[in-house]
Amino acid sequence: MQCCVCKEKPATVHLTQIVGEKMQKLDLCEDCAKAKGINDPTSFAMADLMLGLGASQELDPTVGAAQIKCPRCGFSQADFKKSGRLGCPECYQTFAEGLSGLLKTMHKGTRHTGKAPEALRKSRETGDRLKLLQKKLNKAVEAEDYELAAQLRDEIKVLNGVAPAKAAK
Amino acid sequence: MKDLHQFLISPLQAAQQHGPNDRIVMSSRVRLARNLRDASFPGWAKKPERVKILDLIIPAVSALPEMADSFAEAMDNLTALDKQILVERHLISREHAAKNVGSGIVLNRAESFCVMINEEDHLRMQALRPGFQIREAWNAIDRLDSALEKKLDFAFDNELGYLTACPTNLGTGIRVSAMLHLPGLVLAEQINPIIQSVNKLGLAVRGLYGEGTEALGNVFQVSNQMTLGESEIVIVERLEKVLSQIIEHEENARQSLLEKKPKTVFNHIGRAYGILANAHSISSKETMNLLSLLRLGIDLDLFPGTARALVDELFLTTQPAHLQKQIADKLSAEERDLLRADMVRARLKDVSRPVTK
Repeated sequence: MQCCVCKEKPATVHLTQIVGEKMQKLDLCEDCAKAKGINDPTSFAMADLMLGLGASQELDPTVGAAQIKCPRCGFSQADFKKSGRLGCPECYQTFAEGLSGLLKTMHKGTRHTGKAPEALRKSRETGDRLKLLQKKLNKAVEAEDYELAAQLRDEIKVLNGVAPAKAAK
Repeated sequence: MKDLHQFLISPLQAAQQHGPNDRIVMSSRVRLARNLRDASFPGWAKKPERVKILDLIIPAVSALPEMADSFAEAMDNLTALDKQILVERHLISREHAAKNVGSGIVLNRAESFCVMINEEDHLRMQALRPGFQIREAWNAIDRLDSALEKKLDFAFDNELGYLTACPTNLGTGIRVSAMLHLPGLVLAEQINPIIQSVNKLGLAVRGLYGEGTEALGNVFQVSNQMTLGESEIVIVERLEKVLSQIIEHEENARQSLLEKKPKTVFNHIGRAYGILANAHSISSKETMNLLSLLRLGIDLDLFPGTARALVDELFLTTQPAHLQKQIADKLSAEERDLLRADMVRARLKDVSRPVTK
């Protein structure tokens, strides 16, 4: 097995870190491990190290994905591999598939739960509420509680009336 | 064009700003990353697009009531020395200091808000407060952001939140950080386990000037790393908790050092005073490290009548760019070391030797 940093020497230091349900693996040669300061595996943030590595910078290793370019700004995966930065906000949609794995290793979650611009806040809250009601409705139907189901269906109707276009993605 | 040096508050004034727990927490900062919806990120945008974005953002930011009296300038209008002074004041990042055409800065008079334009993101807005005030800093920058979103169309996605050039800032785009002076933990050799346990909580510990810098003068920056999947206030509260614990550890370390190894402590502080008060040539790095011990001595009442502000002022004025600014001619590093030593000796003239019983 080759070292995933220098891609030259054989990997002799193998690290596995499990955070929640996510597992990250790194295989390094002795020199690179030392250079990265990994003599105590508990002392460094794996995500930091992963960021600088080819393994995770390869957004989507499937054939064909390399040809994808952002329709708005012309940014490609190779550009991301070079800089670790994206080209424009639209890139997040263009490379959504490849990014989702990377985001999991970097962050606490993959869904934003913080502040939103005021103009979008309302539709965002409505969208969340709709999802919740739909879940409850499904449960009610399963439990054959038709009275509750009817009530929930009406609530959903009202909400949809207020926000006919479901929160734009 | 306003003169940056006329605009900036003096190092003396800066050193006299006080905040809660400022004997350990030197300053608090919250920054938000924001980008415009229909534009390439600064690192990918071509020069004309960056200039267009800058020309759009500077007036929008300058028109905010918080920025009523502000210094707003394009980076290419600032000299290398100006930029370095802004870095030494912790108002802009080293990355931003390297920018030229198409990047800019808006700084308010009180230096409580500083907005970097076209750094890594279109907007890096920071609220700065003396002492331990991260919640206040968050509230302040939250208000500034809410006012600005009425004028600029920010890139936001319902799932991913605020979209940023680097995926590591995605979501809230927030970085909450505090600058801590931890000489007790360093002297007691407890700093490494503390850094490790802070790292385990998903927080980063860095040196004085942020990413990839060493902890000169026993000053450490603690900040969050993850920005997606948690709300801003959850992140602020976690930082508050961790910082309170670090403060407690630092106070305990100082106390137990004084009880168990008073000679070691007095030796370090006495030698630091001796060198600073008598040196005729001293580097900026050595100055920082010795000033840190002097600051500890003041905290421990070894220099009655001397205010911490004296050290904090020297922390600033002995930095290379601040030193260079006082002299018209370009100085070499050796000449700076002589000048620095002269200045420190003069400032410590009225500070008596440490009182140790």
